Amino acid sequence: MARKTPVAWLQLMKEKTRLLVAIAGIGFADMLMFVQLGFQDSLYDSATVPHRLLQADLVITNPQFKSLTSIQSFNRERLYQTLSDDAVQSVSSIYIGMGDWKNPDTRLVRSILVWGVEPGAPSFRLPELSQNADSLKLLNQVWFDQAGRPEYGAIPALVQQQGSFEAELNRQTVRAVGLFTMGSSFVADGNVLTSDSTFLKLYPDRKPEQPDVGLIQLKPNADRQQVQTRLKALLPPDVTVLTVEEFAAVEKHYWESQGTIGFIFGMGVFVGFVVGTVIVYQILYTDVANHLPEYATLKAMGYDNRYLIGVLLQEALLLAVLGYIPGFAVAIGLYHLTHAATLLPIGMTMNRAIIVFLLTILMCGASGAIATRKLRSADPADIF
Amino acid sequence: MFMQTLSSPQVNPTAQRQPVIVANHLNHYFGQGSLRKQVLFEINLEIQTGEIVIMTGPSGSGKTTLLTLMGGLRSAQEGSLKILGQEICGATQRQLTQLRQQIGYIFQAHNLMSFLTARQNVRMALELHDGGSAQAMDAKALAMLEAVGLGHRADYYPENLSGGQKQRVAIARALISHPKIVLADEPTAALDKKSGRDVVELMQKLAKEQGCTILLVTHDNRILDIADRIIYMEDGRLK
Repeated sequence: MARKTPVAWLQLMKEKTRLLVAIAGIGFADMLMFVQLGFQDSLYDSATVPHRLLQADLVITNPQFKSLTSIQSFNRERLYQTLSDDAVQSVSSIYIGMGDWKNPDTRLVRSILVWGVEPGAPSFRLPELSQNADSLKLLNQVWFDQAGRPEYGAIPALVQQQGSFEAELNRQTVRAVGLFTMGSSFVADGNVLTSDSTFLKLYPDRKPEQPDVGLIQLKPNADRQQVQTRLKALLPPDVTVLTVEEFAAVEKHYWESQGTIGFIFGMGVFVGFVVGTVIVYQILYTDVANHLPEYATLKAMGYDNRYLIGVLLQEALLLAVLGYIPGFAVAIGLYHLTHAATLLPIGMTMNRAIIVFLLTILMCGASGAIATRKLRSADPADIF
Repeated sequence: MFMQTLSSPQVNPTAQRQPVIVANHLNHYFGQGSLRKQVLFEINLEIQTGEIVIMTGPSGSGKTTLLTLMGGLRSAQEGSLKILGQEICGATQRQLTQLRQQIGYIFQAHNLMSFLTARQNVRMALELHDGGSAQAMDAKALAMLEAVGLGHRADYYPENLSGGQKQRVAIARALISHPKIVLADEPTAALDKKSGRDVVELMQKLAKEQGCTILLVTHDNRILDIADRIIYMEDGRLK
């Protein structure tokens, strides 16, 4: 390795200011791509957090139920029908609705996702529920999501200090008596957990026999896949039988197939990519243009075109790696800031780190490849 | 001192008598179609091993064109031009590149890489050939710089060297790999009288030690005395 003079490295290192500008530019492009991809993943993740918290082996929903933004209920009769299968241990149901929460300080109303569960029956895999679901049983008592946005008021702090706190939900007075952790999403900024009876009181026009999600618990040793197939055959097509993962995938698919979100964030990534490509191209092009007589001299000495292209591509790759590092660091900082400000589940993933790294290599490689065209004008016959 | 650190070149006794450059009825043209203009006419020339030849003539007489042809920097078009026994009329780019590795070039502008030190610049020429280990190449480059009187400037960047010093680094770079032919185009044009004289005497001394052939294009009358032979070119013809 040490046998050859590292021309690419030495050339980059000779002009420190230019190198810093290049690194800043690539880092900026990388940061842009990281943030866009991070937001996109975070949107998809946050939208399916409640789904993945469901405590169930199988889930029954209306086939029209594609997203929490457009809730569709089904006939509870279907849920009881599943009990005819020997493998089914128990069933329970959940009502979902969009509610209006009034901030006790500012008196401003804000949409919140309300979950009506059967206290005592399985609903969400939340440690708070398994410990002490009794306080939900009383009418007009609710739990408040402490991972929700602060715009609902300082409810978690008030509940912790006073034990309970009176608030207004759907123009009715409710008492927040407990806290749980679910998180805000692009669907709603917060969540409220109630009993099914409280839910039906909060939503007088909802029918008790029309829940939104049915949860099926199977007996131990039951084959989930076989039961799912059997139940699908048993039930009429006005309901669909899903695993929890499939249910979450439906929600995710809804957001992905919307197109707009993927397009917006994809556009952001594309802009970052183009910005990076232009910066690297500009740097490499000026490099070649400024050193044209020297490159031509190298050709005259007997170095071939391939060697010079190699030097240029090495420079491009070095820039890619050097620019990626600060871009990565800044992106992690921004993820923390974003998480602190929005409580969205956002963080660095190995997958994204690799994708952006590959995009950076592609970005620098592409501009390096375009810049090599300028090398052809380094004609050794012109330097005499 | 110099001959101790650098192995002396293997001079083939039969090659001694053989010409290294032979041009026969060489014609060259620039441009295409109706703009096509002949710049070299019926060049016949033989240069022997170890000869120092100076080529003079007015500007635009075709000297530089002939020099670039002999250096394998462009392909010859018509007639015959043999460099080191290789016919370069109709030679491929690859053959030309191979040929160039056996030729040392000294330009009017020094054309050193600005981002490499004097020693690294000289090493770049060595790396084209099998120069041994990294340490060996560094030692050879340093010895070569000492031979041109710049041992104490080995780790300087070109921007910190004077014009004469840069030209001497360029000479060290051209001669380090013991080329059979050195082509120089106005090597003294950018130098004052004293540095110019030093530079050509250095070229002469090193070339004689290595037994290589020098073809030098110049307008500088002060250096004509170093030549074994002077050829004059005018309007694309040798006189």
